[in-house]
Amino acid sequence: MKFSGFRRDNGTIGVRNHVLVFPTVVCSSEVARMISSQVPGTVHAIHGCGCGHVGEDKEQVLRTMVGITGHANVAAVLLVGNGCELISPEVLGKELAKIGQRVETISLQDVGGTTKCVAEGKKLARKLLAEASRLEREPIDVSELVLGLECGGSDAFSGLTANPSAGMASDLLIAEGGTAMFSETTEMLGTEEILARRGADAEVSERIYEAITAAEETAKSMGADIRGSQPSPGNIEGGLTTIEEKSLGCIRKGGSTTITEVVKYGQKPTKKGLVIMDGTAYDVMSNIGLLAAGAQIIVFTTGRGTPVGSPIAPVIKVSTNSTTYEKMKDNFDVNAGVIVAGEGTIQSVGRHIFDEITEVASGKLTRAEILGHCEFDIHSVPVL
Amino acid sequence: MKENAIVIDFKDNVATALHPLGKKDPVRVEVDGETIEILLTQDIPVGHKFALQTIPQGQAVIKYGEAIGLTIQPILRGEHVHVHNVESRKGRGDRQ
Repeated sequence: MKFSGFRRDNGTIGVRNHVLVFPTVVCSSEVARMISSQVPGTVHAIHGCGCGHVGEDKEQVLRTMVGITGHANVAAVLLVGNGCELISPEVLGKELAKIGQRVETISLQDVGGTTKCVAEGKKLARKLLAEASRLEREPIDVSELVLGLECGGSDAFSGLTANPSAGMASDLLIAEGGTAMFSETTEMLGTEEILARRGADAEVSERIYEAITAAEETAKSMGADIRGSQPSPGNIEGGLTTIEEKSLGCIRKGGSTTITEVVKYGQKPTKKGLVIMDGTAYDVMSNIGLLAAGAQIIVFTTGRGTPVGSPIAPVIKVSTNSTTYEKMKDNFDVNAGVIVAGEGTIQSVGRHIFDEITEVASGKLTRAEILGHCEFDIHSVPVL
Repeated sequence: MKENAIVIDFKDNVATALHPLGKKDPVRVEVDGETIEILLTQDIPVGHKFALQTIPQGQAVIKYGEAIGLTIQPILRGEHVHVHNVESRKGRGDRQ
């Protein structure tokens, strides 16, 4: 089965062909936005990182930045720095050279201030845009697709409609030889044995168990009691009986296949199939981690409704219920609420989501893209 | 007729109500491609579960194809399945 995508010189497969204007540090973020807003056709990402990172935090932030700026959906990147930051355009550019990404760099302190930097940056961005526009889509096997699965603003129907349907779509993609990734480790508490049983081998199972146990320990060390009060009185009123049932609803978006690998936040998997990314449950940061890990496209389920998109990848928004879908229609691509109305099944909605994935991968714009949503955040745990 | 409850996995022994279900409502659910009819023994609120078959005491309640807890008393087909007759298997160090 084929979709129509971009095959890049370095061998990666993109579903979009963006020119990204990326600040390497928070200090140059507004200048990056100015450059991008004056060069239509480019995208930009605002974030608060780039300086003051040490140890594991530095590794994670740099890994994520490399994953985003060197992403398969990004044809070329203009790195905008301030000049004295830890992760400078030079530092990031050196990493990107290793993976064959097309890069231009500019720094405020070098060029001489905002006005000059915007003027020079615009020239560079236009040059990259002209180059990128030459690449055409070609038929590519869907086994090259890496899907990120995300849920946020959940409700009682999340585990009944949208998440199992997204899981069905994940199973269909994996049956075609593709890859799907899900994350949000704290929303796996109570299912560690179930997920560990799905590990491809003893090592993967061990990693799954460790990741979920560590998330629980972290929560405990902060004085938070996640599981002792689970499910909450509201959950019980809504029909959830045990913690196992609650978490099973969350992990249902991961479908039913064998888990082939566990990766860190923003780390690229080495295997195909179903992958767990051990990462934060904060939606936007989780999305960006999944993209940095190589997902070209995100399926995002929500019950309460959320507009979140991404600057570099399409985000397919799936509603768990028809009330939210009707209320926030311009934010949604798929309504899994039809299952409640008896007008669809998990199988039919799962197939619909899978078809949507291949169409969107081939160029169909998602609602988040049409509306210009480009939410961006990197999960950093600063020490300094 | 439309289904008014949902069975997530063919291994499940409970269904979840998609609407508030009354004792007298005919309840149809699709299990592994087949539609079956269940006679409810009590009212079931939306989002709550009822048994598709009799589940003996101490047996696993299966939803999503996985055990979500153990029954603490026998549950009859069509009966409400919730905290009054099911217990989590997690965090029960006292029973190890």
